[in-house]
Amino acid sequence: MNLGAYLERHAQTLVGSFGRIVKQPFATLMIISVIGIALALPLILQVLVQNARQATGNWTDAIDLTLYLNTAASEERARAIAAQLRSRGDIAAVQVITARQALNEFREHSGFGTALDALTDNPLPQVLVVTPTLAASRSDAAQPLQKQLAAIPDVAEVQLDTAWVRRFHAMLDTAHRLVALISGILVAGIVLIIGNTVRLDILNRRNEIEVMKLVGGSDGFARRPFLYSGFLYGLGGGGMALLLAALTTHLLTGSIRHVAELYGSDFGLTGAGWALGGEVLIGAGLLGWLGAWVAATWHIRAIEPS
Amino acid sequence: MIRFEQVHKRYATGRQALAGLSFSVQAGEMAFLTGPSGAGKSTILKLIALIERPSRGEVFVGDQNLARIGRRRIPLFRRQIGVVFQDHKLLQDRPVLDNVALPLIIAGVPRREIDKRVRAALDQVGLLGKERNLPQELSTGEQQRVGIARAVVAKPPLLIADEPTGNLDPQLALETMRLFKRFNDVGVTVVIATHDVHLIEAVGARRIALTDGQLALA
Repeated sequence: MNLGAYLERHAQTLVGSFGRIVKQPFATLMIISVIGIALALPLILQVLVQNARQATGNWTDAIDLTLYLNTAASEERARAIAAQLRSRGDIAAVQVITARQALNEFREHSGFGTALDALTDNPLPQVLVVTPTLAASRSDAAQPLQKQLAAIPDVAEVQLDTAWVRRFHAMLDTAHRLVALISGILVAGIVLIIGNTVRLDILNRRNEIEVMKLVGGSDGFARRPFLYSGFLYGLGGGGMALLLAALTTHLLTGSIRHVAELYGSDFGLTGAGWALGGEVLIGAGLLGWLGAWVAATWHIRAIEPS
Repeated sequence: MIRFEQVHKRYATGRQALAGLSFSVQAGEMAFLTGPSGAGKSTILKLIALIERPSRGEVFVGDQNLARIGRRRIPLFRRQIGVVFQDHKLLQDRPVLDNVALPLIIAGVPRREIDKRVRAALDQVGLLGKERNLPQELSTGEQQRVGIARAVVAKPPLLIADEPTGNLDPQLALETMRLFKRFNDVGVTVVIATHDVHLIEAVGARRIALTDGQLALA
């Protein structure tokens, strides 16, 4: 058989399968919706997790270390330490907050103005806010840095407040794994749904398959239209899932933006994107093909002319 | 072309259809299998088309021992045989053209070639112009001829038919038999199971009479 005839035959089968599917619009819509809903759930979760990652992705890279000096240390001492730190290769910036500045700020904002006037001494320490370079701010590098800084004379305490960031990322990782797990279960469900649909199709067209086999059609020949049906079911279901996911993100955008504004962020929800959308479509199509292949291989083999 | 050697066939139901049957049909011959129902006519055709396997004994078609043809090679084997069924076995939701074209599509013949050969086959059975009709729009006799066109379209060297005239009136039945005779005249080996003895005499061909799964004594 030459390649042209082979491709022509496949094209005909594809068109034939498509024709049969659209001939039963209601049944087709039902199956596509079932697949679409099953796929939409993990897809939406995936989009949300991805967005949470994007929104918090720069947190780990922007750790500041706060150095509290002994209360006895002077402003000059603070500036000297700052200069010393600035010359280090792993530190990007150092900001000095003198005890005086801190007290003034506190006086203005806290409303304890008169009460603070009663103090004879400034109880606040000199503070240095140290921003490590990007390389030094990874959690594995940040902790040794913290130790080194703590060893500087007159430094009372170094605070590295990353624990909650790490906890949050651990939670995101768990969520991500949960999404993968749910996806796996639903994917198996989709293969079964499509397999079952194809099984019913095959039983309905039993006579036709018998005739094909009687005139010399192989199992593969009889199976081919069902594989295309399965692929098209999957593709349609994938499209439906994308539609549902797009609708959901659209509906959520407003309220998420509101929350972000309350936190003083300009964060907005980004949708699935073209790449993920394409992956979902192709993946769903292949799942449909797989489900159809399993069902068709099994059931067509069992149909023999008598 | 066909050789049965001591063939026994017992169905799962326990019915003994063939009991040590031996006969042969030469290439280019036309033969009728006759006998009362239950004599084993249909079973013989099913064994030839590998729809059934013998319980004992051997069947040869062409030079092939059918016992050596595994499940996977059955489709290829069946393409060498044209089969006509009493109930036509047509695809009811496809037009005549698609029905007749099926063996060619399976064999991977290009579309242009298919159209040409389907028309030629339909012309031979007198149905040219009915390509676009659905089977149910045709009479029983016409549907039977669609089945015959499908059986011969791929030009198989062997044509077998199970009671092809069973549902036809005598005039149509005679015409159908003459049609088979014409295929035989151009070299096709033809084996037909029928209970209609008058027709055989009208066409004039060899008769293999069966009774209880064995050759009937003449």
